[in-house]
Amino acid sequence: MPLGYIAKRLLQLVAILFGVSVVVFLMLRMIPGDPAQLLLGEFANPEELARLRTQLGLDRSLPLQYGIYLQNLLQGDLGNSIRTNTPVAVEIWGRLLATLELSLAAMFISTVVGVSAGVVSAVRPHSAWDYGAMFMALVGVSMPIFWLGLMLIYLFAVKYPVLPMMGRLPMGLEVPAVTGLVMVDALIAGRFGVLWEASRHLLLPALTLATIPMAVVARITRSAMLEVLSKDYVRTARAKGLSEAVVILRHALRNAFLPVVTVLGLNLGLLLGGAVLTETIFSWPGLGRYVVDSLMGRDYAAVQGCILVFAAMMAAINLVVDLIYVLLDPRIRVNE
Amino acid sequence: MRKFLIFLAVTVCLAPLSALAAGPTQGGTLIWGRGGDSVNLDLAQATDGESIKAGVQMLENLVIFEKDSMNVVPQLAESWTVSDDGLTWTFKLRKGVKFHDGEPFNAQAVYDSFARVIDPNHPFHQYGKWVYLSLSLGPVKEIKIVDDYTVALVTEKPYAPLLNNLALWLCPILSPRAMAEYKDQIGQHPVGTGPFKFSKWVKDDQIIMERNPDYWGDKAKVDQIILKSIPESSSRLMALQSGAVDIADDLDPDSIRLVEANDQLAVIKRPSVNVGYLAINTEKPWLKDARVRRAIAHAIDKETLIASIFQGLAVPAKNPFPPSIWSYNDAIQPYAYDPAKAKKLLEEAGFDFSRELELWAMPVSRAYMPEPVKTAELIQAYLAAAGVKSKIVRMDWGTYLKKTSNGEHDLCMLGWLGGNADPDNFLYGLLSADTAKTPGAANVALWKNAEFTKLCLQAQRTFDKAERTELYLKAQEIFHQEQPWVPLAHSTIVRCYNKRLHDVPLRPNGLNSFQMVWKDK
Repeated sequence: MPLGYIAKRLLQLVAILFGVSVVVFLMLRMIPGDPAQLLLGEFANPEELARLRTQLGLDRSLPLQYGIYLQNLLQGDLGNSIRTNTPVAVEIWGRLLATLELSLAAMFISTVVGVSAGVVSAVRPHSAWDYGAMFMALVGVSMPIFWLGLMLIYLFAVKYPVLPMMGRLPMGLEVPAVTGLVMVDALIAGRFGVLWEASRHLLLPALTLATIPMAVVARITRSAMLEVLSKDYVRTARAKGLSEAVVILRHALRNAFLPVVTVLGLNLGLLLGGAVLTETIFSWPGLGRYVVDSLMGRDYAAVQGCILVFAAMMAAINLVVDLIYVLLDPRIRVNE
Repeated sequence: MRKFLIFLAVTVCLAPLSALAAGPTQGGTLIWGRGGDSVNLDLAQATDGESIKAGVQMLENLVIFEKDSMNVVPQLAESWTVSDDGLTWTFKLRKGVKFHDGEPFNAQAVYDSFARVIDPNHPFHQYGKWVYLSLSLGPVKEIKIVDDYTVALVTEKPYAPLLNNLALWLCPILSPRAMAEYKDQIGQHPVGTGPFKFSKWVKDDQIIMERNPDYWGDKAKVDQIILKSIPESSSRLMALQSGAVDIADDLDPDSIRLVEANDQLAVIKRPSVNVGYLAINTEKPWLKDARVRRAIAHAIDKETLIASIFQGLAVPAKNPFPPSIWSYNDAIQPYAYDPAKAKKLLEEAGFDFSRELELWAMPVSRAYMPEPVKTAELIQAYLAAAGVKSKIVRMDWGTYLKKTSNGEHDLCMLGWLGGNADPDNFLYGLLSADTAKTPGAANVALWKNAEFTKLCLQAQRTFDKAERTELYLKAQEIFHQEQPWVPLAHSTIVRCYNKRLHDVPLRPNGLNSFQMVWKDK
């Protein structure tokens, strides 16, 4: 593994996070709205507002506020939430795991279904399969998530109540948290009943969240496969008498995978940060909703913490995608 | 025939018995769906409704409002007296009460719970952000422990509304040991004396509370309450319809109609303790004449406003506070909708019709103002019909509150939720000359009426409710004549629930303990 390269990228990451922290800090303070005023609402009097501002440190100068923030940050302290007074890191961690579980499930569904649909379409271009799959992909891309989620709830939880409509587990059911991912924890604890319930709870929100990436993956896979299938080495593989399955899965799909991996990486980033709507409809206690609520309440520390976490995750995903390129295509060498 | 009559007689006699057998059952879990998570369950620090409705299940006060009204009754205090000079309130405390952590409830607990809020030298003071002092313990300057079960509160000046302040969520009594242990995290682990005790909190997901088996009063009927955050209101409706939750809060009017049509579900409605109003800046020379302000009142059709904007879930307002609060002056005749009369009044007052008034629209929706922009558009059209030109001004909420409290507007929309249900909260707090000082005026009409203010101050010093009522009735008449606001509406508060729940209460401020609620097996 190119260790030097990874080290360099990690250093870059630190620089990026520093930049992000400055930009977010300034932007938050530039948008109108005062946390103290928003916390106390229309029922506050001026003395109370002034006292709260002092207590929150909002009466200090901006450079001083940033200095204190940075100093804490370097010690690994993201600060306390203005609204709840709890450490932001604690608030983020639990929600991040909920979002991660949902995103990974959506990622899994979108990859398996999307790649399969793309391959089938490419192998039988202009067939009924192809048109059918690509029509579904078009529908998937265009469908409003909000509407889809509500319709799924209405159909499968209200009209034909076969699936739960909210939360991660039935109310009252619990599993000892080891990883914080309920399905993994259920596996670790060997409680298959809980695993079953957790997957039932995950199905509708993951499906909703997976729709758009699934459609994108299907279309990208199809076009990449079509291109590869017309290459000489595929003809050679067929001429050698290899079975069609081996030709498609080993020779064609592996080579068609580079653009797909790029899209998958981007998707995961989008899923992690963009699950707000799905989390809202399915009452999923994730990070997306937390960011929005924090932003509405001008909870500076909470928003800053979330954006930093998002930025770090995006950078990490990019790094992983780049490394996967090297594994997939030996011709690519990283510049050390 | 005779046998039949005997049979009938026996059946009739036994019928009430079988009804009794179907009476309150013990046990089960009440699942309560609501729009968002709580923020802080130490109610002395709570500013949001979701924290308060959860907290009042676990924490108790010295006094509390009755279950379905805003009359004050004893809770942790058994009785109280006020000294002749009106300065010292002495509370006799209930004996044998224990906190959820086993600590005894006594005068020291009351002292610590109150002193942490008002005394900067109290060791717990630094652990919290103490809010809305004027609505809670602000008027108290000293807390005295008389004996183990007697506490005296001394106010700076005679202040009759204090009792209502104490009934508010802002004055809970918590376990001193827990406050010392959890420090600034007490709001994440509340320990009180209430019928339910805190069990678990998964942020943005659910709060679980267990029945308190050692509760001093009537013990809770259900074993557990789960407060579930369901942010999307359509999801909340579907959760209620499918039976996934027993109660769904804050549904929109269309959803409420669906709930009403469903025979499995029930709806209770009650007038709230709020008011939505249009404040008229009395400092602006062109709005100084009371005839102009009365004309604006005549120009606005409140009935249509309520039918269209509130979809019927409100009553028209004529006074600054709602009829659910005592001393409401029902003898006052509201200004009838009459654009012609409005125009005539304006002409009499010599109003300059070429002037364009600034009509400030709230940027956020509230129960008392569910659709602020549409409301502003409607008012704009009504004013135009009376010949008054206006333009709608919009800005973000923080700036809006700041600028209106500086008196920069001509007309502005605002509202008030009178938490402590004392007329003083509305009349003195929002309309007296004392609160009309800029910057930071709560009286955004900047209306300084000496007689009105005098009546409010006199009422604060009067401890006889009948005498206070007289003063407030008079104050409302002055308000009506001078019309510094056009009071628009008092919204209706609604609770939607599954009929398998029984004895569901609803106080006009929407905050109830659910100890008496029971659920079919």
